[in-house]
Amino acid sequence: MTQATTNSSVPRAYLSRRYHLSASHRLHTDAFSADQNRAAYGKCNNPHGHGHNYIIEVTLGGPVDPITGMVCDLGALDAFAREHLLDRFDHQNLNTLPEFQSSVSTTENFTREVHRIFTAFPHAQLTGIRIEETSNNSFEYAGPDSNRKAQSL
Amino acid sequence: MVLLTRKAEFSSAHYYWNDAWSAEENQRVFGRCANRNGHGHNYTLEVTVAGEVDPVTGFVVDLKQLKEILEHEVIHVYDHRHLNLEVPEFAERIPTTENIAISIWDRLDGKIPNARLHRVRVYEMPDLFADYYGER
Repeated sequence: MTQATTNSSVPRAYLSRRYHLSASHRLHTDAFSADQNRAAYGKCNNPHGHGHNYIIEVTLGGPVDPITGMVCDLGALDAFAREHLLDRFDHQNLNTLPEFQSSVSTTENFTREVHRIFTAFPHAQLTGIRIEETSNNSFEYAGPDSNRKAQSL
Repeated sequence: MVLLTRKAEFSSAHYYWNDAWSAEENQRVFGRCANRNGHGHNYTLEVTVAGEVDPVTGFVVDLKQLKEILEHEVIHVYDHRHLNLEVPEFAERIPTTENIAISIWDRLDGKIPNARLHRVRVYEMPDLFADYYGER
C-alpha cells in the first residue's frame, strides 16, 4: 500500500480543460463618442452586436494525489464549470450581463472575469485562463500578481 | 534560449482502479473510467525542449534524433498497449493523464543531447490535457 509521501517529493502537474460556449457581444464604451467608438472598435462596434464560439481553457495546478493520480476530480471541475461558466454565459448577450455593465465585453475583460470565477474553485489552484475568441485570436490571464507567461511558465 | 516542441501520437487502453478500495468506492471516484474492461484514447504527446541554437547547424536539437528518442522511449512502449497491464510504471500507479505526463518526463529526462527537457504535455482528448515541468 502506497504511503502518502511528503508534499515536497510529490510531483506537481497542471491539468487543462477546454469548455465551449457561444455568446454575442458589442464593443462599445460610453466614455467615447459614436465616432470614437467606431474608430476604436471598428466592425465590433456594430450596434446590433455579433457573436463568437468561445473556447475557455482553464488550467489548474497542484500536487498529483499519490492515491488517485489526479490534480483534481474532473467531475467536480466540470460541475463547477457548468454552474458558474456555461449556465451563466452560454447563448447569452455578454453586454446584458451584470459582469459587463461597467466594463467593455472585450475578451481581455472576459478572460479576467472567468479567472475571477475559477479562483473560487475549491479543489485545486487556478494557474491561468486562456480564451480563444476565434481560431486567430486568443487571450491569457494568470492573475493580478503574476508575470508568468501562461504557456511557457 | 529557444524552446522546441515535437509532437507524437499513441493509442492505448487503460482504466482507473485502486486495489485498496471497494468496487463502490472506485466507481464513485473514477466513474466511467473504472470499467475494468478498459477503454482507450488517441493520445497526443508534445515534448518541449529548451536549449541554445548551435551557431553552425542552427538547431537546438537534431529533430530526427529527437523523433527517434520519442519513438524508442515512449511510442514503442505505449502505442497499441494496455497501459495498466503492459507498461511497468502503471502496474502500481494509475495511468491518469497527469501520471502519463510524469512517466514520460521520467523516461525522457537526461536522454536528449544538448537540450534540457522543458515540458511534457499529454492530450487525452482535444479538450483535456496535462502538463508536467519536472516539479517535485
